[in-house]
Amino acid sequence: MAEKHKLLEVKGLTMDFGGLRAVDSVSLEVHEGEIAALIGPNGAGKTTFFNCVTGIYNPTKGDILLHPKGLPTRRLNGLKPNKVTEMGLARTFQNIRLFSDMTVLENVMIGRHCRTSAGIFRSIIRDKSVRREEQEIVESSYQLLKKVGLAEFANEFAKNLPYGAQRRLEIARAMATEPFLLLLDEPAAGMNPQETAELDQLICRISEEERIAILLIEHDMKLVMNISNPIYVMEYGKKIAEGSPQEIKDNPKVIEAYLGEETEEDA
Amino acid sequence: MDYFLELFLGGLTRGSIYALIALGYTMVYGIIQLINFAHGEIYMIGAFVALIVAGILTIYGFAGISVLVLAAIAAIIWACAYGYTLEKIAYRPLRGAPRLSPLISAIGMSIFLQNYVLLAQTSDFLPFPNLIPDFEFMEPVAHIIGSPELVILITTFVTMILLTLLIKKTKVGKAMRATQQDMSMARLVGINVDRIISLTFIIGSALAAIGGVLVASYIGQVNFYIGFLAGVKAFTAAVLGGIGSIPGAVLGGLVLGWTESFAAGYVSSDYEDVFAFGLLVLILILRPAGILGKARKQKV
Repeated sequence: MAEKHKLLEVKGLTMDFGGLRAVDSVSLEVHEGEIAALIGPNGAGKTTFFNCVTGIYNPTKGDILLHPKGLPTRRLNGLKPNKVTEMGLARTFQNIRLFSDMTVLENVMIGRHCRTSAGIFRSIIRDKSVRREEQEIVESSYQLLKKVGLAEFANEFAKNLPYGAQRRLEIARAMATEPFLLLLDEPAAGMNPQETAELDQLICRISEEERIAILLIEHDMKLVMNISNPIYVMEYGKKIAEGSPQEIKDNPKVIEAYLGEETEEDA
Repeated sequence: MDYFLELFLGGLTRGSIYALIALGYTMVYGIIQLINFAHGEIYMIGAFVALIVAGILTIYGFAGISVLVLAAIAAIIWACAYGYTLEKIAYRPLRGAPRLSPLISAIGMSIFLQNYVLLAQTSDFLPFPNLIPDFEFMEPVAHIIGSPELVILITTFVTMILLTLLIKKTKVGKAMRATQQDMSMARLVGINVDRIISLTFIIGSALAAIGGVLVASYIGQVNFYIGFLAGVKAFTAAVLGGIGSIPGAVLGGLVLGWTESFAAGYVSSDYEDVFAFGLLVLILILRPAGILGKARKQKV
């Protein structure tokens, strides 16, 4: 395997809100098997970038191209979020957005929704194949919960889980949509060091065992430097650097914009 | 005691009809925070379609309960088509608009549909055939509860159980609950939210049509304006129970039905609305979110 397969290719992405340019011609690539990170000070436009890629915003300029393996390239610009998800790209949010009044298992099952064939009518009639499909969903969802270590909470309401567990449930739900690329928006936000370490392992496992490429936004520098390569750095909507963790650490622009002032208090 | 029981069952019948219509309000509100003021009109259209179909069937020699069933099925299909179209042309284009805009659109559609039926049919009260036959086995208790009441009670009860199963057990039900809790997140797990909203309108319209057929057959007449009063009452029931809550709509409907029935029976039928709305005011003072409603904090 000489050249790694390119999965996501973003070219010159620009997003304007009225007169404010939140993202300014940012280009970025995620290859197969990678854990890429997008870092930068608060307000740099990282989440806006995610929102453009996942179809929540329609970018002003630029191209977002998805290259699924063995399928034709798709341009994601302006697609609805559910279409983007169907194409194999899932995400989590900075603040927890679980369906809090549903059980843990149901939260994961709902992610499977877009991968099942039964339409509205058939799912009401519930013929044999629909029931079998339901049973398979329950089982595969349960397997997913095991992988993130939540199997014992399957029938608990999502809102009753501890914080770290809710985060992992969000990841499980995103994985239930069977993505080949997973976008994580600050997965470690608000976690204690123990939970962060567990998350660290979980992300590596997803990458290695499930063969899902990952693009994450994170402020926890230890986590980022540990697991991700390459790293992209944004500031004021622009991409100011990219490269391996070592290159990023040594990049004077990055130190000036970010590491020099922020890491001390951020860690 | 018999008198009390009669009022109790009368209130239960009335209340279950309110509940049936209130479910349409509460489901739509739960999912897109819109008071669908045209919902009462769907109910009225359901009744009219049943009247027309029942007339045609009678000409072709059908009789008894088969007319009721076939007319009801026709009314449901017709009403579903109206509900779907209504959402598509009057609410979907306003999905991103401030909340008042679809509300005005809903009031507009309500007035439009009333006048459409007024012009297409008539402004007079039309007699509605009594489609519910008198069962023989009901005769011993006929002074307390009649056959039409029994049919209404059983129909609404079965409908509500089916609805509960649909929402709790099926895939689309799960998708509806997810959409209700967080619409943009539902999109991100791959749910086609527009389809789910359409489906919600279709289900609500079907319930309204069932209510329309049952009431029209029970009362024995229809008019283009019946949707308005039924709509207001059902809306009251939905608010009483806590708008957005499905068990709340059922409970609200029953409480409203009993209040009216007992007020009419023990005080005077002139005052039934006074008691009904007085109760609404009282409950909203004590529990502003309704009996089963949750005070929802706005999440940022």
